Amino acid sequence: MNDLIQHLINGLAAGTIYALVALGYTMVYGVLKLINFAHGDVMMVGVYMGYATAGHLGREHQSTFLGATLVFLLSMAGCGLLGFLIERLAYRPLRDKSRLTSLITAIGISFTLSYGFQLDIGFLPGASPRAFPEIIKPHEWIVIGDHDVIIWNWQVISFLIAILLMLGLQILVFRTRFGRAMRAVSFDHRIAALMGIPVDRVIAFTFMLGSALAAGAGILYAIKDTAVQPLMGLYVGLKAFVAAVIGGIGHVPGAVAGAILLGLTEEFVVGYAGDVLRGLGAVLHLDSLGVGFTGSSWRDAVAFGFLIIVLLVRPEGIFGRVTAEKV
Amino acid sequence: MESVAAPRFSGVPGWLRGPLPILLSLPILALAQWATAQAPFLVYIASIVGVNVILAVSLNIVNGMTGQFSIGHAGFMAVGAYIAGKFSLETKDVYLPFMQSVAASDQLMFVFALLLGGAVAAVFGFLVGLPSLRLKGDYLAIVTLGFGEIIRVIVQNTEMFGRALGLSGIPQRSSIFMVMFWVFLTILAARRIASSAHGRSLLAIREDEIAAEAMGVNTTAYKVRAFVISAFFAGVAGGLFAHFVGIINPGSFTFVKSMEIVVMIVAGGLGSTTGSIVAAVFLTLLPEALRSIFTQLGGGDQTLAQRVDQIRMPIYGMLLVALMLLRPQGLFGTKEIWDVAPKWLSRRRKGMR
Amino acid sequence: MSGAAVAQETGGVKVLGTRAPREPHLEIQGLRVSYGAIQALRGIDLTVGRAEVVALIGANGAGKTSTLRAVSGMLKPAGGKILLDGRDVTGLKAHQLVPRGMAHAPEGRGIFLNLTVEENLDLGAYRRRDTAEIAKDLEYCFHLFPRIKERRKQMAGTLSGGEQQMLAISRALMSRPKLLLLDEPSLGLAPQVTETIFRTLKEVNERGMSILLVEQNAHLALQLAHYGYVLETGEVVMAGPGRELLESPEVRKAYLGE
Repeated sequence: MNDLIQHLINGLAAGTIYALVALGYTMVYGVLKLINFAHGDVMMVGVYMGYATAGHLGREHQSTFLGATLVFLLSMAGCGLLGFLIERLAYRPLRDKSRLTSLITAIGISFTLSYGFQLDIGFLPGASPRAFPEIIKPHEWIVIGDHDVIIWNWQVISFLIAILLMLGLQILVFRTRFGRAMRAVSFDHRIAALMGIPVDRVIAFTFMLGSALAAGAGILYAIKDTAVQPLMGLYVGLKAFVAAVIGGIGHVPGAVAGAILLGLTEEFVVGYAGDVLRGLGAVLHLDSLGVGFTGSSWRDAVAFGFLIIVLLVRPEGIFGRVTAEKV
Repeated sequence: MESVAAPRFSGVPGWLRGPLPILLSLPILALAQWATAQAPFLVYIASIVGVNVILAVSLNIVNGMTGQFSIGHAGFMAVGAYIAGKFSLETKDVYLPFMQSVAASDQLMFVFALLLGGAVAAVFGFLVGLPSLRLKGDYLAIVTLGFGEIIRVIVQNTEMFGRALGLSGIPQRSSIFMVMFWVFLTILAARRIASSAHGRSLLAIREDEIAAEAMGVNTTAYKVRAFVISAFFAGVAGGLFAHFVGIINPGSFTFVKSMEIVVMIVAGGLGSTTGSIVAAVFLTLLPEALRSIFTQLGGGDQTLAQRVDQIRMPIYGMLLVALMLLRPQGLFGTKEIWDVAPKWLSRRRKGMR
Repeated sequence: MSGAAVAQETGGVKVLGTRAPREPHLEIQGLRVSYGAIQALRGIDLTVGRAEVVALIGANGAGKTSTLRAVSGMLKPAGGKILLDGRDVTGLKAHQLVPRGMAHAPEGRGIFLNLTVEENLDLGAYRRRDTAEIAKDLEYCFHLFPRIKERRKQMAGTLSGGEQQMLAISRALMSRPKLLLLDEPSLGLAPQVTETIFRTLKEVNERGMSILLVEQNAHLALQLAHYGYVLETGEVVMAGPGRELLESPEVRKAYLGE
């Protein structure tokens, strides 16, 4: 039972971080109908920015409240700028071309960032993983029983930050003039322009916002995972994308729900799939094939298996609405 | 001159025209094999080039011709490589008594292995192609990516396939002859598909799926078929790869490999078979050339040469972006080389398509 | 702009009757639009006077919609000039023209189906900050179309075609435009709804709004319009006061099916 609670907590914590990344995906998809493949890599860049900022602050300042806030804000701002540049230079010129063109471009940017950062030329960090500084000093926040269930302070903090950012986003999109403009652009940017909405600016801002969210999420992720390396964005980004699709891409609460669902599923696969598979293996005599039964090594397959099932059964996502393709 | 095209190869009897390209290519291939027999490195490079050409041309059947976008091609390659490699490992010592020599028997077993790998990959191609029933463009792209990753994770967790270490000691039965033969078959298949009614249907799907459907093209069947054919050749490419490298591991078939192939066909021009070939050859040889130049420059120092591999990937990334911004149709667009070649050449090739 | 004798040929354009002199509000000079290799507009000239209703009639593909799109900045013209209040606005983007008093209710209505009726109307007033006046205009729209008021909280996607058209016109009015561009307001509507809409157009015009109207229903359009232009394959072939176009044998034959 305690085991179960611990897995629930871990899954929830992981899910909220995916959710923040997924929100960026969903927002950008919403306004541009573009799968911003490079989103996870923007997140990775944000983590390195946070790493650098924390390094400059030094050990004594980085874990103060002010220091940690500064780490978050600077890397969010930096990523916002990066998102702006990517949109301006790579996506905007292609806006009216086919969606495939934009997808290939996004993949290209993703590659440039994730592999560019593996070089150790100039300011680029190189491929070797680094430990992210402890800008939030981990301590056990709640301990139940004899360390049966542990809730860490960073889990609570990242959960709260994630919830706050999501609420803020929900209000922005549904309660403000700008949010209304975003939704109009999402429906049809040419008609939105007829309303006097500066479409380019709305899209650019959406990109910046999504990228800043990704940076925040990336730092939370790095605090949890500690290892920072240039390819981290690829996987987190893909999983967040899966979460967004599960929830119905373009749908804000859907992305959050999908992300939490994914976080929980992964956690349970890691926790229990080993047992289940071992059981199954014994029944089906899979041992002879030598299929491995440690759950954690299957973690990465979960997201994609999940994705494929959702796309086959309900391609519009759990919360998405069916839209017929326009002729 | 324009209205009445002179009959081609007028001296060749009709029954010979189909297999003619194959007959013509045999002596050339034999010559190539002889020429490279004494240069193992050249053979290795040529084999890599050949495998990449197969991968690019086969991916182009899906990406270029149907407008579906697969970014998990390395997954099919992995399936072919592992299945064929495992088969050859298990049957290493099997000698087919009806063959005259051990070498001939080995070659036949090798062909079996390749076909088996290709067939299993084709089954996966069918499975991956099925979602194209319901999914369009970018969604399908992610599904293919997910598929590739799932294959990798499965292999990594399966004892039979050597987990992260992979398979080693696969008999090195491949030859430049065999690689080029499959290159040839792949190109032939792609060209046949492109110029058949099937190919025209695929192109119709690419241009406007809804319209194609309205015209009575069974888009789903064509798309799935394209996936199956494409996966088959990718599987064969994987099998070939396994049999000249001798060692395979999950690291050879990551997302990066898939992207390499995507870059090749995008650069060459989606839908252009010759474009993919040119791009595959060029993009395989370029890093090799740079590597050897840097090795020369750096004397015994290998770091510069190693840099080439590092720098390759970000450059591929930037190349993709630059291509999309400057020339989204790729080098050749959907055209083939002879469409863009100088006039005197294209006139002679008129009617070839 | 000057009045001329009956049936005058100028540059291939057959001009009927005389036009009441007005201060020009929108002037289009030699406007050209192309889609790739296809020329949709091959240099057209037309003028909308202040507080004038001008109708563009012509067959499908004659270039009516392209004209409106080029004027409102949805399309970049390949050549020619567009003057608004005497100032060159050629090549300005759509969103820059809204604050200059232009509103375009596009072909196909262009309602944001994912937003509520009220949100659609609010977006019409996106560039305005005068909250009190916006509320007044909203009331005016509700007065014009009580049906819209009833459905203000609904998603726009749930409206019927006629209601969507009313919403499209209301939304365009919400920007308090000086010049309204309308594309096929009667398309697919029941006669009664069409009548309501045209009555509304007359009313807002009488309050001083200039209107450039594209309409398949030439009869309806020319009855309302002070002046009309006939487009054929991207060129103006005929122009004249609405009533006189309505009576001209060419128009009657080609566009009124007589």
